[in-house]
Amino acid sequence: MIISVASGKGGTGKTTVAVSLALSLNANTQFLDCDVEEPNAHIFFKPEIKDKITVSIPVPEINEVKCNFCRKCAEICAYNALAVINNKVLVFPHLCHGCGGCKLLCPQKAITEINKEIGIVEIGKAANLEFAHGRLNIGEVMAPPLIRSVKKNINPNCNVIIDAPPGTSCPVVETIKQSDFCLLVTEPTPFGLNDLMLAVKVLEKLNIPFGLVINRSDIGDKKVDKYCTDKNIPVLMRIPFKRKIAVAYSEGIPLVQAMPTYQNKFKSMFKKIIGLVR
Amino acid sequence: MIICITAQNDSLDSLVDPRFGRCQNFIFMETETGEFETVENPNIAATGGAGIQSAQLVAEKNAVAVLTGNVGPNAFKTLQAAGIDVFTGLSGTVQEVAEKYKNNELQKKCGPSVGSHFGANG
Repeated sequence: MIISVASGKGGTGKTTVAVSLALSLNANTQFLDCDVEEPNAHIFFKPEIKDKITVSIPVPEINEVKCNFCRKCAEICAYNALAVINNKVLVFPHLCHGCGGCKLLCPQKAITEINKEIGIVEIGKAANLEFAHGRLNIGEVMAPPLIRSVKKNINPNCNVIIDAPPGTSCPVVETIKQSDFCLLVTEPTPFGLNDLMLAVKVLEKLNIPFGLVINRSDIGDKKVDKYCTDKNIPVLMRIPFKRKIAVAYSEGIPLVQAMPTYQNKFKSMFKKIIGLVR
Repeated sequence: MIICITAQNDSLDSLVDPRFGRCQNFIFMETETGEFETVENPNIAATGGAGIQSAQLVAEKNAVAVLTGNVGPNAFKTLQAAGIDVFTGLSGTVQEVAEKYKNNELQKKCGPSVGSHFGANG
């Protein structure tokens, strides 16, 4: 069972929910932090890292002797990572998605690929939990290839909890696809609702079953509730706005450890999720 | 000589577009005769690399100079490779900045004036 935890809006409580859900399950649990631009679940798990894997993407290198500046590479590059100007080929590695199209289609066979490091995957253990996350190098923008590398570590014999990046763009899609269930975390504010609606559209397109956790459930308005009733979206948990929760988070203490009564709430939410997936 | 001015509209009295890569129109002007051609920018909605594409477009038109508001690092690198002079920080109408260029009142820029994605608001 793979459960990803996502949200449209950032800062709604994805990591709070994902970490506590993982800690509430029995053994055979794996946690993947796919928010590779700013992974933070390790602050709560304090895992012992046993393995570090460097992740690279292939970027083009031009052999200017073989190149006849025909512009084919610049024409086919969907991301404008190549430009041909005055018998010069300019390569912009930060725009390259590593698709290999330019190398494949170069009539002069003047393009080779060199590996450009984009980040690392760290794999370890925290108590009896398997842990892995990605760290994107500063200045890099290509999160999806690194997220794919983190997800290669998925252990099919485990319950896998995946912490997704915020938003609804490529890194989120890469993270949540192939999940059996997606847990969306939102807050009952106009911003929370707006971004929740975007996230729901993504999940409907990907055909992944989903449910909702409303965090800071006693602030804001009732519009998120109304939206869920209208759309028939199950609200699986409500977490009130409590100073104690915020203080624990700021100290790197998981919610279920700061307030142990939450363990049963997360356990029963997991059971509800199993029921929804079947 | 042909110069390129980024413009918010299609005539010489339109205002200079402060963005290069994602400007509305490029106005190519022959400085000797004052004749001009307006080219609608096909790169306004490019997901990335708008500046690079726009710089190639300007190079294909054989312009010797770009007159605009701001130029980012990728566009600057591409314009530089094409040997095109870059003038930034300009405002007013297309006609006004073209006159300033002809009277040698503008100062050439030696580097990008803004960072990446400056003109890509959303």
